[in-house]
Amino acid sequence: MGVDWKHKTIRACIGLGLGLGMSAMLATGAAAEGLVKYEVVDDGVPQSLTGKPGDAERGRKVIINRKQGNCLACHAISVLASEPFHGEIGPSLDGVAERYSEAQLRLILINAKAVFPDTIMPAFYRNDGFTRVMKKFRGKTILTAQQVEDVLAFLKALK
Amino acid sequence: MGLRKMGPNKRNLAVGAVMALMTLGLGVAAQAQEMIRRIDNPPPGHPLPEIISGYEFRAPETQALQDDDFDNPGFLWVEQGEELWDEAEGKAGKSCADCHGDPAESMKTAGAEYPKWNEKLGKPINLEARINLCRTENMQAKPWKLESEQMLSMTSFVRTQARGVPVKVQIDGPMKPFFEKGKKLYYTRMGQLDMACANCHEDNYGKRIRSDMLSQGQINGFPTYRLKWQKVGSIHRRFKGCMKQVRAEPFKPGSDEFTALELYVAYRGTGLSVEAPAVRQ
Repeated sequence: MGVDWKHKTIRACIGLGLGLGMSAMLATGAAAEGLVKYEVVDDGVPQSLTGKPGDAERGRKVIINRKQGNCLACHAISVLASEPFHGEIGPSLDGVAERYSEAQLRLILINAKAVFPDTIMPAFYRNDGFTRVMKKFRGKTILTAQQVEDVLAFLKALK
Repeated sequence: MGLRKMGPNKRNLAVGAVMALMTLGLGVAAQAQEMIRRIDNPPPGHPLPEIISGYEFRAPETQALQDDDFDNPGFLWVEQGEELWDEAEGKAGKSCADCHGDPAESMKTAGAEYPKWNEKLGKPINLEARINLCRTENMQAKPWKLESEQMLSMTSFVRTQARGVPVKVQIDGPMKPFFEKGKKLYYTRMGQLDMACANCHEDNYGKRIRSDMLSQGQINGFPTYRLKWQKVGSIHRRFKGCMKQVRAEPFKPGSDEFTALELYVAYRGTGLSVEAPAVRQ
């Protein structure tokens, strides 16, 4: 576990330069209109996007919903074992709150590529900088700011 | 066309269909060919450490369905293609057979070599485009729509003639820029989910996304009978589906973009046996 964390920290540091640039663009750029502004501090986003605490139960639904978070497509979560078919693409989210701080998790949800540039994981709170987005999703984020906070509330309990 | 409406089980009972298959000379003899489905030492410069047919990623039941020519529902289209081969159409009053004769001979390798360079158009064309050129120019007939029963039947039939033949597409000379274009598309993240072909099919093959195991996205089995589609479909239809899944605006089937991508993906499967009509989930 120690080695894993160290490795992740190194990767986070490497990604940070890019992450800061991208996030700054996100938060202030004209194309990112409609998004709640947020500030990246170190390798995380410490402030809630909505100023309100997330709701873990609503977060659970977003995580399961295949048209919203669809987190189980790639990640296994043991406490959601009653849901069928957990994917193997990303790491298991069991204990994820022990591996990352709330601020780090928030940034990974907002835009995982700010931390892991080569990841397959989509940016859940970003609405520009994409290529050939299907019309009905253009200019939109995958999740709302509140949904990001709700998912985060659920993940925070995974210790 | 009544054949198409019959379920595979009914079809098995139809003695006529069995006879037709036997006269086709497909079936047992072709199936006995050794199929190359895994290459452990790809040539230098190849992007994959191993080249694996989509067959290897599927459940045993799905594999069994493909392996038996009488159970394989893709053969409904192959059989229709065989009928169309001999049908004269268009103002020239010609059939495929009039120019190409015995398909077992004339089409022995074509299915392994497309997309191929077309001098007149100055670009590579895929098998569908080649068939439509034959129709419009040589037969003076109307082109077939890309996902029409006729086109799927003819491509299934032609590709099945090359079953067992290792895929080998030209990528040098005039093909080079189109190959590079296809390669660029393969590695370009697209759509709201911001994923490139490579994110799934190079970085994560062999892993499950929900209940589905990701393959290398090889196309040596196309046209493929997909259980999800309940019919045979083209490579470009599959590309389109992938793009929609990542919430991207798909390119048009038959477009230069998809043809370039087809060329590049075919190259990634160099050496795999053509195994049309494959059965996939």
